[in-house]
Amino acid sequence: MTTGSVHSWDVATAVDGPGTRFVLFLSGCPLRCLYCHNPDTWHMRDGHRMTVDEVMVEVAKYQRFIEVAGGGLTISGGEPLLQPDFTAEVLHRAKQLGLHTALDTSGFLGARASEELLTDTDLVLLDIKSWDPVIYRHVTGGEVAPTLEFARRLSALHKPMWIRFVLVPGHTDAEDNVAGIASFVSTLDAVERVEVLPFHKLGAPKYAALGIPFPLADVPSPDTDLVRRVRDQFAGCGVPVH
Amino acid sequence: MTATAERTTTHEIDVRGFIQANYTPYDGDATFLSGPTPRTTALWHRLTEMFVDERARGIHDVDPNTPSSITAHAPGYIDRDHEIIVGLQTDAPLKRAIMPTGGLRMVETSLATYGYQLDPSVRDIFTKYRKTHNDGVFDVYTAEILRARKAGIITGLPDAYGRGRIIGDYRRVPLYGVDRLVTAKKAERAALDESMSTEDVIRDREELAEQVRALEELRGMAASYGYDISGPARNGREAVQWLYFAYLAAVKEQNGAAMSLGRTSTFLDVYLQRDLDEGVLTEREAQELVDDLVIKLRIVRFLRTPEYDQLFSGDPTWVTESIGGMGDDGRPLVTRTSFRFLQTLYNLGPAPEPNLTVLWSPRLPEGFKRFCAKVSIDTSSIQYENDDLIRPRFSDDTAIACCVSAMKVGEQMQLFGARVNLAKALLYAINGGRDEISGVQVAPAFPPIASDHLDHEEVRAAFDRMTDWLAKTYVEALNVIHYMHDKYAYERIEMALHDHPVQRLLGCGIAGLSVVADSLSAIRYARVRVIRDDTGLAVDYLVEGDFPKYGNNDDRADAIAVELVESFMRKVRQYPAHRGAVHTQSVLTITSNVVYGKHTGNTPDGRRAGEPFAPGANPMNGRDRHGLVAAALSVAKLPYDQAQDGISLTASITPAGLGRTEDEQVTNLVGVLDAYTDAGGFHLNANVLNRETLLDAMAHPENHPQLTIRVSGYAVNFVRLTPEQQRDVINRTFHESL
Repeated sequence: MTTGSVHSWDVATAVDGPGTRFVLFLSGCPLRCLYCHNPDTWHMRDGHRMTVDEVMVEVAKYQRFIEVAGGGLTISGGEPLLQPDFTAEVLHRAKQLGLHTALDTSGFLGARASEELLTDTDLVLLDIKSWDPVIYRHVTGGEVAPTLEFARRLSALHKPMWIRFVLVPGHTDAEDNVAGIASFVSTLDAVERVEVLPFHKLGAPKYAALGIPFPLADVPSPDTDLVRRVRDQFAGCGVPVH
Repeated sequence: MTATAERTTTHEIDVRGFIQANYTPYDGDATFLSGPTPRTTALWHRLTEMFVDERARGIHDVDPNTPSSITAHAPGYIDRDHEIIVGLQTDAPLKRAIMPTGGLRMVETSLATYGYQLDPSVRDIFTKYRKTHNDGVFDVYTAEILRARKAGIITGLPDAYGRGRIIGDYRRVPLYGVDRLVTAKKAERAALDESMSTEDVIRDREELAEQVRALEELRGMAASYGYDISGPARNGREAVQWLYFAYLAAVKEQNGAAMSLGRTSTFLDVYLQRDLDEGVLTEREAQELVDDLVIKLRIVRFLRTPEYDQLFSGDPTWVTESIGGMGDDGRPLVTRTSFRFLQTLYNLGPAPEPNLTVLWSPRLPEGFKRFCAKVSIDTSSIQYENDDLIRPRFSDDTAIACCVSAMKVGEQMQLFGARVNLAKALLYAINGGRDEISGVQVAPAFPPIASDHLDHEEVRAAFDRMTDWLAKTYVEALNVIHYMHDKYAYERIEMALHDHPVQRLLGCGIAGLSVVADSLSAIRYARVRVIRDDTGLAVDYLVEGDFPKYGNNDDRADAIAVELVESFMRKVRQYPAHRGAVHTQSVLTITSNVVYGKHTGNTPDGRRAGEPFAPGANPMNGRDRHGLVAAALSVAKLPYDQAQDGISLTASITPAGLGRTEDEQVTNLVGVLDAYTDAGGFHLNANVLNRETLLDAMAHPENHPQLTIRVSGYAVNFVRLTPEQQRDVINRTFHESL
């Protein structure tokens, strides 16, 4: 029986995919985004081991509710593709139940997503954290190329995508950086929407609890003008921008 | 309206039959609605200016000389030339009346608080010549009831004020006119001549005679405003006016805790739709009539003590109006006037009263469901109750009294019983009946639990014994109260608008459900060490280890809550209720969860002394770890059949937690309401608000005069809450997502 390292789960509306969803957060992430609001999901060793069956017992409690309310299951993290077999199996079992499925990923480990895993995924919530490789490395500690490659692969499969971009003043907000993502997104097929997520500090208490300094403690949330400018930049992609 | 004519020959009162035969279901959207007319806006503005001073002083004005009755006060107007629907409780808007039959002390205290003095002759009358409900109750309370009441294990009892939660079928007045109602009541009175004159029969005869008298006073009161309501209403405007006069008579006569309106919108729609069809009324005029009625309902006022207002946050009147629901024949009971009532929240702005309550079913028309969700998102002013649970157990002509109490309109009434503090009962069980704060022996002296660590079986057995005692003492207290209320503060006009004989429900209630469920779970699944003071009283508990908590859709904890509801209902049912009433119970605290918490010591779940309980059936704050849906599904497990007086869930959601666009937010809220109803959830107060808005309102109340927030079965003006209650609301979980 495949097991995974699970951080937590909850049932949420309108945050990680359409409708009301069972959202499974896995532990472990290869990136270290400066603005990460879930530093408690960085390490696989901090999660608790669950079998797929155990996860599905929890999911089953909400199946009827989700069917009536409209929604599905989202697997998030951490980075779910750090545990590709477990993720694939949960998505597969969710599809067997008839649930709409979503994968919330940075795409950094997109190469680990098997064809089967993607077949069982109805929607990919793909975070493109930056266009400029230097900024990407500064913000995440990783490379942007694998994410772009994963996006092209999803595009070739006509896999519905929601592109997400976290707007951090002074870090990701440069016009060129945003324009780069926007023009890349307009080359992709099957992007259903772009979500601009204004940086917030709701995760700060978690850093305090873990005894880790919060790198962006002094960075403000973007003001409405900045959010509007960036949303306008994405408007050229021809898909709804939120 | 052929049905009216047919019914006049049947000598039956059948409002439901009239609605079913004549109403026009509406399955469209909200685009037909009209905004406020300049007249409506001006009239409302005149009042909102008065609210500022009323909020500052506590009351606007009071008549300290005239005990209220249906006819005691001369006609009053807000602006006589510009009112479409007329009638006020006294001779001026926001001027409160005294109603001493409930209790003189409450009247005197209230008057003194606001710098008024009771007319000495009134004082004489109600001390020398006329006994009050309050006096009667205290003549016969047992010593045990007095101790339980003082310790706060049984609380909120309607022994010094009107019991409320009685809904007159105010629709009968426009449908039949007063004359026919008098005739019917006289016939019922005469029929009792056939029965042997025993105490019960004599009382029924006297009550019916009083009902006839009250109907005649109603006719007189309407005449003082220039209306003859002897006969049926002939058009929409008369229907609204007749109905309002009937309701007005009730709030002139009774200071009931909850003075609910019933289920009137679809009834009134029959008249409004006929006028619209005949071309004698426009949509704008139809809306204006509803707006004017709602203005009147928003200014119902009672004179109450500041302590009472503090307990209930402002001065709620629970003018609950039940809207929507499905008919037995499968047609939705949604009409254009259902929309018009909700539209008042835009035309007049958000407000806590009337307490607009949507009877929800997934089968309601999509256009109506979406409009309800939109109104919730925009105003946080409506609550939802499960029509699919109510209809089969009551009828499709059932309304909510107060917050969550269902009753068949005109057929059932409630004997309101507030609630017991179950968390305190658990502490009493551990302490052998001694109060954990005062140390006083309140309940009979059972052996206290002596072990250092609490043993689940032992605690359960002690709790069982304690709640046996509590249930008995509680029902006894309620029997005393309702005996005296019937005798000294009988609701003449409300009962005149009921069938005879009426079916009575004894509305018991429990508070602290989540505290007790989590405490028992801690005792069972973790280890709970007892800390005792010098006198051996258990005053604190140390929880070692983790335990399942109610509110996470985890059966281990939820089953405990279910069992608590079932067992207390079972215990209450063992004791006969006043006049053969059927026992029910609610899981509802109103806002008194704060006060109950204040008077309850440390509990074995780790809750600190003085910390508020969760409201209603909510999980304890911060212990629901998997989101609102998981919490809601825990609450939905509580069996409605063992809590037919209602199970309340209050939730605050941020707008972003519902979706990115308004359309998405509406779709998602409709989906959640459908799914919660489908899962058997009974009640949902849906607040859609940002925490920042509330913080700003705390700091700058003047900028948020109409900010409305649903608390527990009703809504309040946020700025009228005490700072303590405001903090409690703000500290409660805000679901960033559902």
